[in-house]
Amino acid sequence: MATVKEFRNNVRPNWCPGCGDFAVQASMQRALGNLNLEPENVALISGIGCSGRISGYLNVYGFHGVHGRSLPIAQGVKLANRNLTVLASGGDGDGFGIGLGHFMHAVRRNMDITYVVMDNQIYGLTKGQHSPTSAFGFKAKTTPAGNIENAVSPLQIALSAGITYLAQGFSSDVNQLTELIQGGIEHKGFSLINVFSPCVTYNKVNTYEWFKEHTVSLDQFPDYDPTNRAAAIAKVMETDGLCTGLIFKDDKKPVFEDLLQNYPQEAYLNTKLEMDQGLFDELMKEFA
Amino acid sequence: MLQELSWKVGGQQGEGIDSTGKTFATSLNRMGYYIYSYRHFSSRIKGGHTNDKVRVSTTQKHSSADYLDILVAFDQETIDLNAYELRKGGVVIGDAKFNPVLPENTAGDVLLFAIPFTKIAEQNGAAIMKNMVALGATAFVMGLSPDFCTPVLQSLFGRKSQKIVEQNQAAVLAGYEAMKAQNVSFPDFALAPPTPSDHLLMIGNDAVAFGAIAAGVRVMPAYPITPASDVMEYLIKKLPKVGGVVVQTEDEIAALNMTIGASYAGARTLTATSGPGFSLMMEALGLAGMTEQPVVIVDTQRGGPSTGLPTKHEQSDMYQAMFGTHGEIQKIVLTPATAEECFYAAVNAFNYAEIYQCPVIIMTDLALSLASQSVEKFSLDQVKIDRGLLATQEQLAQIGPGQLFKRFERTENGVSPRVFPGQKGGIHHVTGVEHNEIGRPDEGTANHVQMMKKRLNKFEGSELPNSTSYEGDQHPDVLLIGVGSSIGPISEATVRLRKHGVRVGHAHVHVISPFPVASLQSYMDRAKQVIVFESNATGQLYHLMQFFGLKHSEFSSQLKFDGTPFLPKEIEAHVKGSMIAWQR
Ligand SMILES: Cc1ncc(C[n+]2csc(CCOP(=O)(O)OP(=O)(O)O)c2C)c(N)n1
Ligand code: SF4
Repeated sequence: MATVKEFRNNVRPNWCPGCGDFAVQASMQRALGNLNLEPENVALISGIGCSGRISGYLNVYGFHGVHGRSLPIAQGVKLANRNLTVLASGGDGDGFGIGLGHFMHAVRRNMDITYVVMDNQIYGLTKGQHSPTSAFGFKAKTTPAGNIENAVSPLQIALSAGITYLAQGFSSDVNQLTELIQGGIEHKGFSLINVFSPCVTYNKVNTYEWFKEHTVSLDQFPDYDPTNRAAAIAKVMETDGLCTGLIFKDDKKPVFEDLLQNYPQEAYLNTKLEMDQGLFDELMKEFA
Repeated sequence: MLQELSWKVGGQQGEGIDSTGKTFATSLNRMGYYIYSYRHFSSRIKGGHTNDKVRVSTTQKHSSADYLDILVAFDQETIDLNAYELRKGGVVIGDAKFNPVLPENTAGDVLLFAIPFTKIAEQNGAAIMKNMVALGATAFVMGLSPDFCTPVLQSLFGRKSQKIVEQNQAAVLAGYEAMKAQNVSFPDFALAPPTPSDHLLMIGNDAVAFGAIAAGVRVMPAYPITPASDVMEYLIKKLPKVGGVVVQTEDEIAALNMTIGASYAGARTLTATSGPGFSLMMEALGLAGMTEQPVVIVDTQRGGPSTGLPTKHEQSDMYQAMFGTHGEIQKIVLTPATAEECFYAAVNAFNYAEIYQCPVIIMTDLALSLASQSVEKFSLDQVKIDRGLLATQEQLAQIGPGQLFKRFERTENGVSPRVFPGQKGGIHHVTGVEHNEIGRPDEGTANHVQMMKKRLNKFEGSELPNSTSYEGDQHPDVLLIGVGSSIGPISEATVRLRKHGVRVGHAHVHVISPFPVASLQSYMDRAKQVIVFESNATGQLYHLMQFFGLKHSEFSSQLKFDGTPFLPKEIEAHVKGSMIAWQR
């Protein structure tokens, strides 16, 4: 059985020292190790951005695609082989900017995929433009006079679109983050773990200190019921999206894969592709 | 006795024109006649003129006829718009309900009959059966038995209820009798009996989809667009039979990325789209090329630019297919010409994609995608599945702990063994960023040059089998060249011209990437004059030929881009005209 160590490779990330993404990488490795998964049964599909590099930093099957499209690729992987543990990952720009449409639809489809977003409220790789999660008034290279757009709330969007597992973590708390990612992988359905993962180079507002000061952990509310969607929406609104922990979980909704007619348990790779003469003739007959 | 007959039914969209044409065509196909049926429709759901032109022949045809023998009209507009196509002595049968009249220029040349389609249908149960009445009237004119379409009615409605079948049959018979009651006989509309055969009738889209499923496709993510949607609709019905899945994605961007993901994880997978959707796929196409993932994309060309003429014929995506996507990737572009070829092109496409580990585009055009044509039965024996170079268990067993699999190993022919997530020992990284053999980003100059060569050199300039076909004189005065569905009209024009003593050759292009330079040049070298026929405004194929260095001193281009395919007579006329010019 695999341990955390087996999910490490010897590649040195090219992230800036102090970048929040290191903690996400570590938490993912720990979660996979804790779950005793075999590295070859895990596929990690990432987008483009500093965060998107993560697929190369774990010892799993990694696929670094194009900007904003990690979820469609991940869904294709899952469809071809439902026995894989499929993770998707990327930044806030990747997932909630260019990829927001795919995100909504991945939520609706509810395939068994775990999506981890490194939300730093800025575009890191392209060197400091504002992102869809940057706050109103936020100053960045492309908003020198302050952002005049409102931030998207990935949590509210996910809840309204019908997500079945929603959590939010913070790079300072690797233990909580590991648990949240682990829960997402264990959850049968689509899960989002949005992670406040500070960009120490370009975002001088949303720093580790800022998050420490502004976020609240849901652990503080013993009465909070993460199976109540309306309560989750209310809590997200009440905390202005700054709560951490397990926000919502619905174990009853069927996953996409289970709703497909005749969809095999096996990977297509291991199934017979040749058509039977009987079926061939049956299909031809319809054109007679 | 006629060897062939051309029939058209027209009316308002939503009036059942399509099903009338389909019933007629399927019935005659079952009798053993060969069919080519082309639908004219516009991109609105109800209303607007629509028609279905069906050519019935004792031999196989891949084009509409130049003229019409019989026109069935459900409104006056149909007569006004289509009567010009009727041959001398042709027949118009209109619904008496609208008091049909002939346009002045046709009066005297053609015969008009007003048959109360709607009234007879109502008497037999319901007004919607007026198309059955029309089929009955047609049967009388053609000397067919009034139950010529009964087997088709049986398969259409039999499962619903026997009563509906009988009602429809009664309507056909009533139409037959009403035509008979006109006391006119139509000796020169009778077709020669067909040679018995059991060919199929299908549109190109069905053939591609059927071919894909025979080839083992299991995942199809796609977004609806005319004229590609039928590919998806067919697979939605049939893929579950083999445990496969169709996902209607949120857009074409998702469709191709999902296709890439499924291919990466080991499934045979395709997507289908048309021009604008194909444009949206350009970024993912680059990714598939860079990451060497086998994907199959069907592009059913329609009229452009932009949403242009969504329901009209054009061949204007050739540049997009050849040169589309950023950077430089190797891809295969197949351009099947007939429905039968669509089936085998799909089979080959999956093999090529996996053998060469690159995107394969099956590019059709609207006429090929949507025209129903008779097709000889397919043979499953001809369907071979070749999954290309896969890593062996021994190779994987040799990978030590901590070592990564060389998915992008630099081999002699540029093709490296594939491995799939879930396979032990195969872990590696895949990225659209320039990378080394194990998939790690590597922007080094030497690495980039080597990797570009690896990806681009997979064919080494060779032609794929059957990239071109040739018919006609071996040393022609005129060589006609075309691509896609124009094989029908060009071929017919070639036969006719040769009958008139003109030395003509016809070369057809069935693959545009890798471009079949050598075979085309050899045909051109033997000809005195070369004319390229294509359905676009700028001569894409003509210019591609020049781009790839094909040369001829008498080399010209003939274009048609009004939304309709070439007719044989148009090609014939152009050749005759240009021959005179050339001989001067
Ligand atoms: C289609 C496309 N548009 C733009 C880019 C350029 N680009 C690369 S990363 C990125 C933004 C990354 O921001 P985010 O997703 O927040 O990731 P981070 O770098 O902050 O981790 C952009 C715009 C691209 N690669 N592809
Ligand atoms: S630029 Fe920001 S997001 Fe990118 S690696 Fe550096 S700290 Fe991390």
